[in-house]
Amino acid sequence: MAVNSSNKSKIIYTFLAWTIGGLIFFPILWTLLTSFKTEAEAISASPSLFMFDWTLENYKEVLSRSPYFTHFWNSIVISIGSSLVGLLIAIPAAWSMAFVPTKRTKNLLMWMLSTKMLPPVGVLIPIYLLFRDFDLLDTKTGLVIVMTLINLPIMVWMLYTYFKEIPNEVLEASRMDGATIGDEIFYVLLPIALPGIASTLLLNVILSWNEAFWTLILSAANAAPLTAFIASYSSPEGLFYAKLSAASAMAVVPILILGWFSQKQLVRGLSFGAVK
Amino acid sequence: MGNITLKQVTKSFGDVNVIKPIDLEIRDGEFIVFVGPSGCGKSTLLRMIAGLEDTTSGNIEINGQDATDMPPAKRGLAMVFQSYALYPHMSVRNNIAFPLKRAKMDKAEIDKKIANAAKILNLDSYLDRKPGQLSGGQRQRVAIGRAIVRQPSAFLFDEPLSNLDASLRVNMRLEISELHKSLATTMIYVTHDQVEAMTMADRIAVFNGGIIEQVGTPLELYNKPNNKFVAGFIGSPKMNFIDAKSPDNDKVASIGVRPEHLQISTEKGMWSGTVGVTEHLGSETFLHVQLDGAGTFTVRADGECTLAYGDKIYLSADPSKIHHFDKDGVSINKV
Ligand SMILES: Nc1ncnc2c1ncn2[C@@H]1O[C@H](COP(=O)(O)OP(=O)(O)O)[C@@H](O)[C@H]1O
Ligand SMILES: [Mg+2]
Repeated sequence: MAVNSSNKSKIIYTFLAWTIGGLIFFPILWTLLTSFKTEAEAISASPSLFMFDWTLENYKEVLSRSPYFTHFWNSIVISIGSSLVGLLIAIPAAWSMAFVPTKRTKNLLMWMLSTKMLPPVGVLIPIYLLFRDFDLLDTKTGLVIVMTLINLPIMVWMLYTYFKEIPNEVLEASRMDGATIGDEIFYVLLPIALPGIASTLLLNVILSWNEAFWTLILSAANAAPLTAFIASYSSPEGLFYAKLSAASAMAVVPILILGWFSQKQLVRGLSFGAVK
Repeated sequence: MGNITLKQVTKSFGDVNVIKPIDLEIRDGEFIVFVGPSGCGKSTLLRMIAGLEDTTSGNIEINGQDATDMPPAKRGLAMVFQSYALYPHMSVRNNIAFPLKRAKMDKAEIDKKIANAAKILNLDSYLDRKPGQLSGGQRQRVAIGRAIVRQPSAFLFDEPLSNLDASLRVNMRLEISELHKSLATTMIYVTHDQVEAMTMADRIAVFNGGIIEQVGTPLELYNKPNNKFVAGFIGSPKMNFIDAKSPDNDKVASIGVRPEHLQISTEKGMWSGTVGVTEHLGSETFLHVQLDGAGTFTVRADGECTLAYGDKIYLSADPSKIHHFDKDGVSINKV
């Protein structure tokens, strides 16, 4: 069997890729499998990968013990709401930075990014007190606000880089063609930037969906999203691996499906072929 | 109607003054070319006429109306960009229709205009493609199509051919010239290529460092350049310059002779020298001659020229073809 060197390296890379993929996916797979085990099997010292008594007991139990759909709905409102509000602020901001930059635009962008380097716990007390005084504790509005603020720097950065790639001349051409500012934005800029806007939106939905610091601290029963739902199975009455896994699976699967169907969009597309 | 008047127009970016006060009268229907080395402000001035850059001082009048502060959409001009600047998400048809839709033209009328433009520009079979699926030349045609459908009062071109390969460039040059003849609309055409300027223009404005050195027809600039800069910029190969005194005019500091105006002799002439590199183009031959005094001359000889490296020759020129310049490089009229 003659295997030439380029074929050999292809095999090695494929093997490496699958190994890394498997390593990354293994915890999720393990969680999914555990969610179908009995509690006894879940903590067994010699766990079996597939050969166990498959059961849906944990899901029934979890669904009957906590209001899954309330948490699910809260997660949706918080993640999508904060991403939409974020876009509303980030689009004009990124637009002005990309198309009418000033001497300090770069500094402003770096400063915005630097806020992401701050450990969130450093501002825990002031934010908590603000939320308390404005009656925002355990409200979806409060969580939407905080998630918007947390993700805004990333949104502006992403949109800024997408807008930067749109050649100014295309926008100028539309001005020559008689477009008003509204026409220019709606018929030219937004359609060209749509893939970028969509991937910004998707990434932020995912980031907010998975955020578990602020959502746990600032919510209790009413506004708690799925992260709080998972957390509720991790402590007080001892450990319930199987139920914890079932709760995790129910929290993670919706966003995994969203990610799966939008992967093309997430890995951004559209070439700007019209501008050589 | 499409006459454009620039009155003492200037432009500064911050502290940098890139357009010195410029006065220029562009006549209705003429093909005027702005030519000059890169960085001399041609594009900036064109963009000011378009309204894409604001004017630092002075006035721009379009059709007798002050347009200095008018937004681009209101000026009734069309522009073809070097990068084509097509809308990448729209089909060719929609690219061309875009300005018509902005003008709220009705659908039937738009279709008629698109069909007409597509026929003139050979775009019929590409109307439903996206710009990304077209070649450079086709994209350029779409950009021109988008400009002509609106029937603007003037066309502005900014180096429209510089992204095309050499043979396509020659074709498009002819097409644009033909378009100008058939539309008889004012065209302002920016290029750094003096060949494009000479072949296409009714009048040429030669730019240098933010000022216009001279405006005139191609032959005026070729025969009567105002100064050394214009003399050297117009014509290919470049005019030869040497420092020289003229016996009958003490103001003369240097003289210039075009390569095509030098005669070669093996016996006698005004200058003697040694043949250096020879470039055979088939129809003609360029000789680079090292003069015995100082400097080198480029000489245009016919295609059959057999002179070779190291040959001793003499050069001379008809006195009426010799240009005289003073110490500042300004032309001195024939002595
Ligand atoms: N937006 C700008 N900001 C600052 N300087 C500019 C800008 N646009 C052009 N310039 C400067 O103005 C000068 C003229 O540029 P341009 O008009 O593009 O030259 P040309 O088209 O003749 O090559 C150049 O020195 C260029 O660097
Ligand atoms: Mg230019």
